[in-house]
Amino acid sequence: MTMTEEMAVDTSKMKVSDEVAIRIENMNKWYGSFHVLRDIDLTVYRGERIVICGPSGSGKSTLIRCINALEEHQKGTIEVDGTVLSSDLKQIDKIRSEVGMCFQHFNLFPHLTILENCTLAPIWVRKIPKKEAEETAMHFLRKVKIPEQADKYPGQLSGGQQQRVAIARSLCMKPRIMLFDEPTSALDPEMIKEVLDTMIELAEEGMTMLCVTHEMGFARQVANRVIFMADGQIVEQNEPEEFFKNPKSERTKQFLSQILGH
Amino acid sequence: MADTHSQSVAYVRESMVPQQPAPVSETGAIKWLRTNLFSNWFYSILTLAAIYVIYLLLSILIPWIAGGVWLASDIRECRAITGDGAGGCFAVLEDRIWQLLFGFSYPSEAYWRPTLALVLLFVAAAPVLFASLPRALLIVTALYPFTAYWLLWGGTILVPTFALVGVVAGYFAYRALVDRSFALGFFGGVIVAFVVWWLAGFVTPALSDVLALQAVQSRDMGGFMLNLILGVVCVSLSLPIGIVLALGRQSRLPIIKGICVVFIEFVRGVPLITLLFVANVVLAYFLPPGTNFDLILRVIIMITMFASAYIAEVIRGGLAALPRGQFEGAESLGLDYWQSMRLIILPQALKISIPGIVNVAVGLFKDTTLVSIISMFDLVGMIRGPILASTDWNGVYWELYGFAALLFFVVCYGISQYSQWLERQLATDHR
Repeated sequence: MTMTEEMAVDTSKMKVSDEVAIRIENMNKWYGSFHVLRDIDLTVYRGERIVICGPSGSGKSTLIRCINALEEHQKGTIEVDGTVLSSDLKQIDKIRSEVGMCFQHFNLFPHLTILENCTLAPIWVRKIPKKEAEETAMHFLRKVKIPEQADKYPGQLSGGQQQRVAIARSLCMKPRIMLFDEPTSALDPEMIKEVLDTMIELAEEGMTMLCVTHEMGFARQVANRVIFMADGQIVEQNEPEEFFKNPKSERTKQFLSQILGH
Repeated sequence: MADTHSQSVAYVRESMVPQQPAPVSETGAIKWLRTNLFSNWFYSILTLAAIYVIYLLLSILIPWIAGGVWLASDIRECRAITGDGAGGCFAVLEDRIWQLLFGFSYPSEAYWRPTLALVLLFVAAAPVLFASLPRALLIVTALYPFTAYWLLWGGTILVPTFALVGVVAGYFAYRALVDRSFALGFFGGVIVAFVVWWLAGFVTPALSDVLALQAVQSRDMGGFMLNLILGVVCVSLSLPIGIVLALGRQSRLPIIKGICVVFIEFVRGVPLITLLFVANVVLAYFLPPGTNFDLILRVIIMITMFASAYIAEVIRGGLAALPRGQFEGAESLGLDYWQSMRLIILPQALKISIPGIVNVAVGLFKDTTLVSIISMFDLVGMIRGPILASTDWNGVYWELYGFAALLFFVVCYGISQYSQWLERQLATDHR
């Protein structure tokens, strides 16, 4: 996979507090009779930057999609910001509005302009006045460095720009946690860097982040914890340095040799 | 690879080539003729054959129109004037135009009322059809059904006024209750509206002279006016009902899903003409004796049911065409079901469905002529019945049916052109 060149990361504000952001206990999920996630236990503290990697089909995307209830889990508990996920729709909507999510295929709304994409949820979910929502949106669009595209439609932007808009759209809801589901996998190499730069900036500001990604350079420099998943289970987790230098399990060694081998 | 010609392989471009205009032979009318009409001998023959066919058609059509008779009192006088010439007998249109447009028993001194209603229809439809107009004009749209009813059917203005009051009261009840739950708000609103209408039922008979227009019975409606009434009402009702059915069919609640599936499959599986016969004859058996359930209303219900089942399936296609990511994108931002449907899913699904919806709408509008079978005198019913059956005009087929075809074509072509314009307006994805 793509190795990004050394990025200067300012770690001064990256602090992990001992406040729990997400607590997952003994979580299991099945698709029909297929057991996708098995006995997942994971506690994420506020300010953590966690990279989740693993072979395809290992359940890493499903895991983070369970956190904002895009997927239902059948057993165990997920607690986000002190709220336990249940089937109560109001509570699910509340958690979703606190947890930002970026998808592999961006999932921008093609019939709305960039600005409307960013203001839609604040206006309808947070009930913020339109003017204020637009100011916030422009602030975050400047932050992801595309304020000049505000009045264009998603279809007119490059993939990298679209993904940055998707990040800005999530940020407009002022989330306390950000989930990234392979944010750079659908992008050309030239565009991967601009998206990663945006994510690094976010991490530097102390955002709690969970990223499913194969960008090992990003994992090395930004993550405070790397989780390796296989067959629906968490096989190994460690600090990035240790994880890459001395992987413990055979499965991890095999994966890393494939992904870093050439 | 030492034996490659490295000196000839290595190459560096020093200046980029700018864009240049195409050669003259690739543009202009000659080029168009050559590529489109005479690109090879086979196409040339086809072109010449097509020109000959067009010539034949025009050589019949032009004398028919140019030599047509516009002033005559009956078909015999017409034939006498044209002799054995090929001219058409258009005098029938001049003689019977009001019957063709309004039917034969709509009071002639009230013809201005449906005409005004038609003009107002364009005003009321404009803010719906053209998003660039100010949204405040939607008030005109909201008031239009009540105005149009009053203009067409006449009677006291209190009837449509109370109907409007009922709707408004229902809306306020809905707004007051919807915060507690959607179902409570919905049914509360419906109940309040019915209470208002029920109370109004005591008031209006006593005050039937207030701002009254001459009352016209439903059986006196006819001609192209009847087609337009049925078409406009049924299309505008079946679109929202079709949306609800399409969403209901995707519901996770088995009862709602079941009701929608059974309704759609049943209505689609039955010919429209059967439904119309049911409306005309059979429905009367199921209603309590003595109830006077308006025939036009019964027909409107049947055609609306029929069209909404089709539109529901068209919209289901639009919903299925949306990538799953759009639903997830909306969900992940915390939008609830109705918000994500209204703001994200339906605008896109409806845009995809426009050609299909227009297809159903155009088909439905033309199907309104089927009511002539249950002895309602719409445009086709008027031609088939009173006009062709009269001794004056028996035998004037081409002119009358040509006129009917022309009227329908103008409306349907207009709808089609509008829908294509709308699709271009909504094209934001630049794929």
